[in-house]
Amino acid sequence: MCLGIPGQVVEFLDEHEHLARADVAGVKRVINVGLLEDEALQLGDWVLIHVGFAMSKIDEAEASRALEGLQLMGRAFDDEMAALQASPVAEP
Amino acid sequence: MRFVDEYRDPAAARGLIGAITELAGDRHHKFMEVCGGHTHTIYRHGIEHVLPSTVELVHGPGCPVCVIPMGRVDDGIALAETPGVIFTSFGDMMRVPGSKGSLLEAKARGADVRFVYSPLDALRIARDNPDRTVVFFAVGFETTAPSTAVTLLKARADGVTNFRVFCNHVTIVPPIKAILESPDLRLDGFLGPGHVSTVVGNRPYRFVPEVYGKPLVTAGFEPLDILQAIHMLLLQLRDGRCEVENQYSRVVADDGNQRALEILAQVFELRPHFEWRGLGFISQSALKLRPEFAAWDAEVTFDVPGVRVADPKACQCGEVLKGVIKPWECKVFGTACTPETPIGTCMVSSEGACAAYYNFGRLHREVSVTLNAR
Repeated sequence: MCLGIPGQVVEFLDEHEHLARADVAGVKRVINVGLLEDEALQLGDWVLIHVGFAMSKIDEAEASRALEGLQLMGRAFDDEMAALQASPVAEP
Repeated sequence: MRFVDEYRDPAAARGLIGAITELAGDRHHKFMEVCGGHTHTIYRHGIEHVLPSTVELVHGPGCPVCVIPMGRVDDGIALAETPGVIFTSFGDMMRVPGSKGSLLEAKARGADVRFVYSPLDALRIARDNPDRTVVFFAVGFETTAPSTAVTLLKARADGVTNFRVFCNHVTIVPPIKAILESPDLRLDGFLGPGHVSTVVGNRPYRFVPEVYGKPLVTAGFEPLDILQAIHMLLLQLRDGRCEVENQYSRVVADDGNQRALEILAQVFELRPHFEWRGLGFISQSALKLRPEFAAWDAEVTFDVPGVRVADPKACQCGEVLKGVIKPWECKVFGTACTPETPIGTCMVSSEGACAAYYNFGRLHREVSVTLNAR
């Protein structure tokens, strides 16, 4: 739950609802980007995602490092990815 | 140096370990890593075995699942077993034992307990089941609390009246203060938490050097981050400096995430006190919903038992969470208490010191002992 998973913003969906689609380790997910309103997110930007919400903007190098580190975690990361994939989170 | 070869930049790691060894000298240094994510990295990558014996890492209370006391798990189960309720929780909480079993066991007995990835999933379930009441078991530090807050604002804006939050969000600063006040532990400094600091920033930790005279360095989650943060702590000690520094500036801004902090303040207020597993009652250490959100507050709209339950006698999670003992020093570690049949919370969550040590550190330690014996 506390794992921050890096994802790349690939599509903005609903500006009013602050929804965007992110590519998270190859899985496309709807995420809420409202907490990064002040960051002026652009397509292609990388973010750290916690429980479906983008919490901080990061650069691509940090994203790939973070993902590598997470993959080494084994089961904890697999569980988190499985939860993320199973989540119906706010598909508009 | 078996572990170091697996680090991203082994040469840099060797350089840092050399510098750490030299700076530490003959004096024993004890640093606490506050965050469970750091504990995981430390055991996963055998960091305690690459550090000189003069640098000891002790594990702190920064595992949100671990610090939830038994009574709150029982309250969650009571809510889950209320007729008409769908109870939703992050997966980590499902196996945490209460005094009468876990949420998973309540589910097996027939309660409608569903695990969700995000509070927004719980809200979706509420929309899809207008004739039921959907309760979300909200846990976590300031890392996850903004997500709950946004979800509540959305429930209110959209008029979703069958959604409730059972709020167990906690804040990071009070337990650090409690540990600094504790006579059990003499620390030389802190590795500050990484992800929670993306929300709160580095300023809230200033009391650590200013009031308690201990340095704190906010750290990232790679082995090199941990080593570099330890190096920064030792440099402060050598130079007679004592301040908050940020090793993880590529992710953490000193001011944190202002938008998230505003939303937190809009939805939550501090509880007068909250019980933490192992640390006891800490004043103003947890969040509750503001009165204007009472209609969505499970503690207001349901009759929550609210009974305080002592931890099982055999379990020493409390001592582990305070850094007073290491996981392997607990009497039931690895025997009665394992990740498959946990007695305490620290064995349940992947961020818990006991689970991380059971899964990784134990083997590293055995290998090291064997290698040293040769």
